[in-house]
Amino acid sequence: MKLEIKNGVFGYPHKPILTGIDFELNTGEIICVLGKNGAGKTTLFKSMLGILKPLSGSILLNGKPIEHWNRSQFARLVGYIPQVRALPFPFTVLEVILFGRTAHMSAFGSPGKKDRMIADECLELLNICHLRNRIFTQLSGGEQQMVIVARALAQQPSFLILDEPTSSLDFGNQIKIIRQVNSLKNNSLGILMATHSPDHAFMCDAKVAVIHDGGIWKSGHSNDVVTESILKEIYGIDIKVQVSDIQSESGRSVCIPIL
Amino acid sequence: MNHTAGIQQPDSRKVTFILIGLGILIIISVLFSACLGRYPLSLSDLLTYLFTGRSIDTSLPTVLLNVRLPRIIGAIIVGGVLAIAGAAYQGLFRNPMVSPDILGVSSGAGFGASLAIMLSFSLLGIQLMAFFFGLSAVFLAIFVSKIIGKNHDKILMLVLSGMVTGAIFNALISLMKYVADSDTKLPDITFWLMGSLSSITMDEIKVVLPIIITGILPLFLLSWRINVLSFGEEEAKALGINTGRLRIIVICCASLITASVVCISGLIGWIGLIIPHFTRFLVGPNHRYLFPASFLTGSIFMLLIDNVARSATSLEIPLGILISLIGAPLFLVFLSKSTKKSW
Repeated sequence: MKLEIKNGVFGYPHKPILTGIDFELNTGEIICVLGKNGAGKTTLFKSMLGILKPLSGSILLNGKPIEHWNRSQFARLVGYIPQVRALPFPFTVLEVILFGRTAHMSAFGSPGKKDRMIADECLELLNICHLRNRIFTQLSGGEQQMVIVARALAQQPSFLILDEPTSSLDFGNQIKIIRQVNSLKNNSLGILMATHSPDHAFMCDAKVAVIHDGGIWKSGHSNDVVTESILKEIYGIDIKVQVSDIQSESGRSVCIPIL
Repeated sequence: MNHTAGIQQPDSRKVTFILIGLGILIIISVLFSACLGRYPLSLSDLLTYLFTGRSIDTSLPTVLLNVRLPRIIGAIIVGGVLAIAGAAYQGLFRNPMVSPDILGVSSGAGFGASLAIMLSFSLLGIQLMAFFFGLSAVFLAIFVSKIIGKNHDKILMLVLSGMVTGAIFNALISLMKYVADSDTKLPDITFWLMGSLSSITMDEIKVVLPIIITGILPLFLLSWRINVLSFGEEEAKALGINTGRLRIIVICCASLITASVVCISGLIGWIGLIIPHFTRFLVGPNHRYLFPASFLTGSIFMLLIDNVARSATSLEIPLGILISLIGAPLFLVFLSKSTKKSW
């Protein structure tokens, strides 16, 4: 399966943010999107999800333009993990995860036994069973983020679009999410992840697309793209990229900012 | 997995328990209301009549069936429907402080009724005009928001348009009052705007009931999808919901049922705001339970208020006054509790 963009121009009327986007995400691969704040990562994601209409160009899921997919068919294949935002009503964690099952229900449906079982599996997978009956709005930002990840897993999509999934997590939970992303890839999901930490690209052994100056400036495997000169260009600071000498991490590179 | 399935049950069992409790409470309220009035009746007389059809007094059946029963059914429908409409609007706009008049349905209905009274229409004419202008105000708000708000936040534009159309219709109501004959028309208009259940008849109930059921049914069926809207337009879309279509359906249904009850009861505020808020406290925010529970709570509240309205003093007190006098302080109590517990 394939999610692709052909010659896309994205943004708001009279104010294009990204131009000339050509892009392809296949199942079984991870693409990390790097770029400084305001570069247009979220704009790209919203366009790919059909939330923001492209100004021109086309976005295809399995060769069919996404505007021709109906919402629930599309959601069965593409899941979204947004940056956490406030929820106005006190739903429980279980209910929030069951929201992820909506695309699999009929228009008038409500969650059944099978949906509840899948939700429980997702809780277990992320090791957050203890949150099951808690009120979502009363959780910490990090816990909420984990629940939103569980919600996307309950959706059982083939593609997952993650908008800075680790931004509000502590160091341990960040790495848990990265591990989870890697294992999802091995289960042949296609994953597109925006991140502010170039290290994540190395940890996922991922492809990288760098968004810079209103377009995809560089793309390729992390080892070729995440280089000292490119990082300096993106973030405007000096960053050393070194191969770690920890044996079990078998030659993974790490980024060390120079203060 | 078995142990986790075990945890789920107490929750839904608790909700079922509360729903049954509310059901019992409404039966008690109905019996109590039937006994109350200018022609007092003991509970045992009422029960004897209900179960055997025998009564010591020949006027009892007339009083019960023609006077009290329409009013009781009217209170149940008006209170329950306004509460459901409020819950639906609150879910749609993701805001527990929203009430059914947010898109101007009450102001529109108020204007329609005032105009009809000015033109000396019959009671039926007044009701039809209230119904028609109530819905027109909402559609005007939707229409305006579509025209001016193409590239803006759709929900925000809708709320602002609703406020604007509401303001226009309120101004028109004031105009009607200003030019109305202060001896004949003005009291009628004022009385209508304060709401009352005193003139509801069985025939009216038979007419509005099918419309109300038509409006409520889709809301019940779509209750899960309305839940999902809580995370906002974009996330609901990504979760597989056609948000534009769902929004229109919910607005149409909620406005339809609001207009249907307002046209027979006059303007009745507060219930649509306060009852869903309070009910969310009891059964949680899941609309599958919130809708039926809101209906029951709203009905009970309305029955009790109407009992006060018709029997506290020899002259009937307009509902609008009582509901605000009782509802506003109650709202403050819930508000102070909910800040501690987060709704």
